[in-house]
Amino acid sequence: MAAIAVELRDVVKEFAEPEKKGEAFAAVNHVNLQINDGEFFSLLGPSGCGKTTSLRMIAGFELPTSGEVFIHGKAMGKTPPYQRPVNTVFQSYALFPHLTIFDNVAFGLQMKGVSQLEIKPRVQEALAMVRLPGYEKRKPKQLSGGQQQRVALARALVNRPEVLLLDEPLGALDLKLRKEMQLELKTLQREVGITFIYVTHDQEEALTMSDRIAVMNRGKLLQVGDSSGIYESPNCRFVADFIGDTNFITGKVHSRHGDTVSVELTSGVWVEAKSDQALNTGQSVTVAVRPEKMHIRSGTRLPNWFEGRVTNIVYIGTDTHYSVRLPGDQLVRVREQNDMPGYSRPLANEGDSVWVGFAVESARVLVE
Amino acid sequence: MRESKSVQGTLLATPAMLWMIGLLIVPLILIVVTSFGQRDPDGNVIYTFSLHNYIRLAGIKTNCGDGAAVCFDSLYLRILVRSVGLALATTLLTIVLGYPLAYYVARAPARRRNMLLFLILIPLWTNFVIRVYAWIRILRAFDLLYTPQAVLVGMVYEFIPFMILPMYTSLEKIDPSLYEAAADLGANSLRTFLKVTLPLSLPGVVAGTLLVFVPVMGTFVVSDILGGKQFELVGNLIQGQFLDARDPTFGSAASVILMGMTLIVMIIYTRKFGFGEEVAIT
Ligand SMILES: Nc1ncnc2c1ncn2[C@@H]1O[C@H](COP(=O)(O)OP(=O)(O)OP(=O)(O)O)[C@@H](O)[C@H]1O
Ligand SMILES: [Mg+2]
Repeated sequence: MAAIAVELRDVVKEFAEPEKKGEAFAAVNHVNLQINDGEFFSLLGPSGCGKTTSLRMIAGFELPTSGEVFIHGKAMGKTPPYQRPVNTVFQSYALFPHLTIFDNVAFGLQMKGVSQLEIKPRVQEALAMVRLPGYEKRKPKQLSGGQQQRVALARALVNRPEVLLLDEPLGALDLKLRKEMQLELKTLQREVGITFIYVTHDQEEALTMSDRIAVMNRGKLLQVGDSSGIYESPNCRFVADFIGDTNFITGKVHSRHGDTVSVELTSGVWVEAKSDQALNTGQSVTVAVRPEKMHIRSGTRLPNWFEGRVTNIVYIGTDTHYSVRLPGDQLVRVREQNDMPGYSRPLANEGDSVWVGFAVESARVLVE
Repeated sequence: MRESKSVQGTLLATPAMLWMIGLLIVPLILIVVTSFGQRDPDGNVIYTFSLHNYIRLAGIKTNCGDGAAVCFDSLYLRILVRSVGLALATTLLTIVLGYPLAYYVARAPARRRNMLLFLILIPLWTNFVIRVYAWIRILRAFDLLYTPQAVLVGMVYEFIPFMILPMYTSLEKIDPSLYEAAADLGANSLRTFLKVTLPLSLPGVVAGTLLVFVPVMGTFVVSDILGGKQFELVGNLIQGQFLDARDPTFGSAASVILMGMTLIVMIIYTRKFGFGEEVAIT
């Protein structure tokens, strides 16, 4: 078991409600979180869910209303930002406009009283690490967005922090550069071995870069896990919906054998799906199935297979997407890979009656 | 296309150009020409090329009482030095007193900020001379009326808004995340101030200095009302020559010297600090 770099213990952050005087709302609501040493950890969630606020409490820019932040086992209490062993890469980069790139990167070392003799090689090393050697004399305004981003990274990394906090550091870059920087960041993190806490609202970015992901919504921590865990076994409807594409089929719990649950749909047919949560008979639930785990056949009578009508077909090269209306008026999306040899003709035409189904292991029962 | 655009530009600039030529360049030339002239016994200007007004300003006299051919009188030089000294002192004091206030306003919550700016501007709604008269009573209560300190107080009071506003503007423009970045990199509040806030607000200080120093150099109302007759500035000298002594040639010469000195100080200053814009990105 790796050592824990950062821990949030029952952390709450309340802000004054802007509309209603005297009332407070919780931007971060009883969050418990443990982040391992050397891990690339992402905080993922929609806008306003409290990601930045959580990060700012770790950095010390905000103090929790209640609960405690620990860094390497030490309770942070009211420790000011300049005494915490963490550094931040800001979304706006926050480079000092009046200082050269060299002085920007050297800032933290100067504050720590590192000798001039040592500062120069360390700054150059940091700039080489982010592939910006030779830019020392420029001012931030004379660099492109991507280059400024790298300087911000170098300015933080040069201090060799125990934990690096990154708040949507790639948010301002165009798609192509963002993809490049994602790979670079990930490689860099492996090289330096520093714990990265990475805030993003881009699920794809989180999935590709992270060792583990925490999904947040409305100040609450919903699920923590690695990429495949979050994608394959979401624990609630929000996570299943936010990460990737999901079909939701509603029904009521009928019976249960181990972790296999039979759910009776409104149309009267049954589906079987997996669950590790406690459920009551008759309880309203949602069955979640990813479109790529659903398939189309021309005829079969296995469990979890239903007859439906194709309402729409979209060919997108690698895949073909089918919309199928099931009995009980539930619309599902099915994604079939076009991996047959030669030209891939659609498995069905619009208006055709087809059989749609999925393996029991591919479906999960979710309680709201 | 391009030609018509440049013609359009010239046309648009014409009114401002005429204004500048008519109300700035022409009077300036007139003053310089007059300063080399002489005044006849009736008070009319005789246009010659004589340096005698400048010689008089430098304090070199030929009609000395003790029989010497030339002697030296430092009266006018003292006035000049006093004017520069007062302008420097006023500028310095407005910076020292105005900076903390500008900083406080810039970091106040947005809604309070407007209120505070409003309070700073309110005094400017009342006529300047009336406000200076109000100071007579205050200064008399402290037994300071008709002293150099009284003039300094009046000057600082008068000009401090012109220092606060540009300083506020440049402080307010500083991205708050820069303060956080500094703290994140290990700087406490004092070092953040010295390494980030102060250098980034320098353009405001420079702009404020230009706005305060130049008018203070030429002022005469405050010194007249609060300083009494013994505290004479170049402004008072010029005013006296035009209105009381009826010697526009000597007044013009004093004006030329005043402009020259202001220009020299400003050139030295702007060489070092720029004009208060883009100092951060040289
Ligand atoms: N200083 C503050 N005062 C009042 N409310 C705040 C403050 N900072 C954040 N909030 C509120 O707290 C909530 C969470 O904000 P936060 O910045 O953490 O969101 P986020 O997850 O980072 O969103 P985004 O992806 O848009 O950056 C939002 O509703 C926001 O309006
Ligand atoms: Mg944010």
